[in-house]
This record gives sequence, structure tokens and C-alpha cells, in this order.
Amino acid sequence: MSTVLEVMERPAQQPVPAASEAKSTAHEKLVIFAWSGDLDRVWPTLILATTAAASGMATTVFFTFWGLFPLVREDRRITGKNMMQKMLAVMNRGGIDHLKLSKLQMFGAGSGMMKVLAKQHQVASPAELLASAIELGVKLIPCQMTMDLMGLTTADLIEGIEEPAGAMTAMLEAKDAVTLFI
Amino acid sequence: MKEATMTPVATQIHQLDVKGLQCPMPIVKIAKAMKELVSGDLIQVLATDPGSVKDFAAWSKATGNELLESSAIDGVFKFVLRKR
Repeated sequence: MSTVLEVMERPAQQPVPAASEAKSTAHEKLVIFAWSGDLDRVWPTLILATTAAASGMATTVFFTFWGLFPLVREDRRITGKNMMQKMLAVMNRGGIDHLKLSKLQMFGAGSGMMKVLAKQHQVASPAELLASAIELGVKLIPCQMTMDLMGLTTADLIEGIEEPAGAMTAMLEAKDAVTLFI
Repeated sequence: MKEATMTPVATQIHQLDVKGLQCPMPIVKIAKAMKELVSGDLIQVLATDPGSVKDFAAWSKATGNELLESSAIDGVFKFVLRKR
């Protein structure tokens, strides 16, 4: 009877923290699903992506839906093949320098003031962070399906990003990674 | 090989000035700077972002590059790191 008790007690005596502490580097990957084109979402997305890459994590950002538009090249004002896609580009200007706030946008005054504040406080702009992300080797993957839906082609998007891919590619990347949906 | 002699490793301390820069740029800059160095090299970083005190300790922990010194003088934070 006493031997049984001993066996049963043993697991409780083994501290779990030691094992988990040894595996503190388990997550070596970060995958962010960037769904939004809002300044106040794209900005933290790029801050986290550059920081993760700087700390040695393999980092991927999968851009889908409104999230695609920040990747549109500055010189592509109107994108899309048909009337609806073109209207979409008119109403929702692409490019990393044309992001809008999700609140207090005030017809441009909001994001304008935010730019001034960022400059005053020497906070890196989304454009600088995007360039840093590419330089640090962050994989930026545009979603093929939403590109087709919105009428965007690879020629409309900036250089330095990955080939367009589908949800499965993002999921495979996410399998053993920390994931964020922003 | 010359390196067989046991001379002190730190003949020269590399410098990185990130004063004025805000999160996450000090970390982005140190990551870039570290790539240029070889294992055992020392680098001194000067920063003004108060958040960098915790961030450099965290970055050191995440990357394995040893943080030898973390101090502050007149609002300027100084970090000395040794490349892994």
C-alpha cells in the first residue's frame, strides 16, 4: 500500500515550471493576419512584426481584405478591371502613406494630426516600418483570393513581398507559431 | 591561427546611437547592428526611450545576446551587450 502511495505522490512532487522554463523558446515564429487597412491596426501590426523579426523570430504577415490596400504602390492610384473595382480604389485609396484612423479620422484631420505627432515624437511611420520589415526578412504574403476580388494584381503591389497565396499557406505557417489577427 | 593567444576579447566596443528613436526602432537597430558583429563582440547602445530598458533586457533574453550593463545617466540609457 505504501508503495502505491509513493508512486501516486511522485508526479505532484515534480515541479512543472522547470520543464516549461526550459522550453521558453518554443515559439520561434509569429504569424499575423492583417485584415484591416486602418492606420491604428496596420501600425501596431508592423511594430510587432519588425520587433519579432528583430528578436530572431521567423515572421510572416498575411494580408487579406482591407489589409491588402496598404501594400498598393504609391503610383497606382486607380486599380481594378471593372467599374466596381475601380470605384473601390477611388473610395479606398491604397498605399502605406494613405491609411486612415478607425476613429477620429475627421475627413483626414485625424490621421494628419497623428502623422505630426509621430514626427514630433520620432515614432517611425508605417512606411518606415514596412521598409524595415522587408529589410529584416519579414514574409509579407498578400491573399490571392482577395486580390482577385478587389481587382489587385502583383504589379499593383510594392516590391519585396512574397508571391500571393491562399489561406492554406497562411495556416501552414501558423501551425507552430504565435498567431495574431489584427 | 593568431587567436590562440588568450588576449582579452574586448579590444574595441562598437557603438550604436538610437537616442530620440521610439519603440520599436531601437530594437530594430540593435538587431541590424548585431548582424555585422562577430560572436564575442561588445556593443554599447545609447537610447532615450524609457521603454528600451525593459525591451533590451527582453531582447537579450529572446536572442541570447548577453546584456552586460544597463544603466541611466541624465535621461540617457546605456546598454552594453555581448554578441552570442
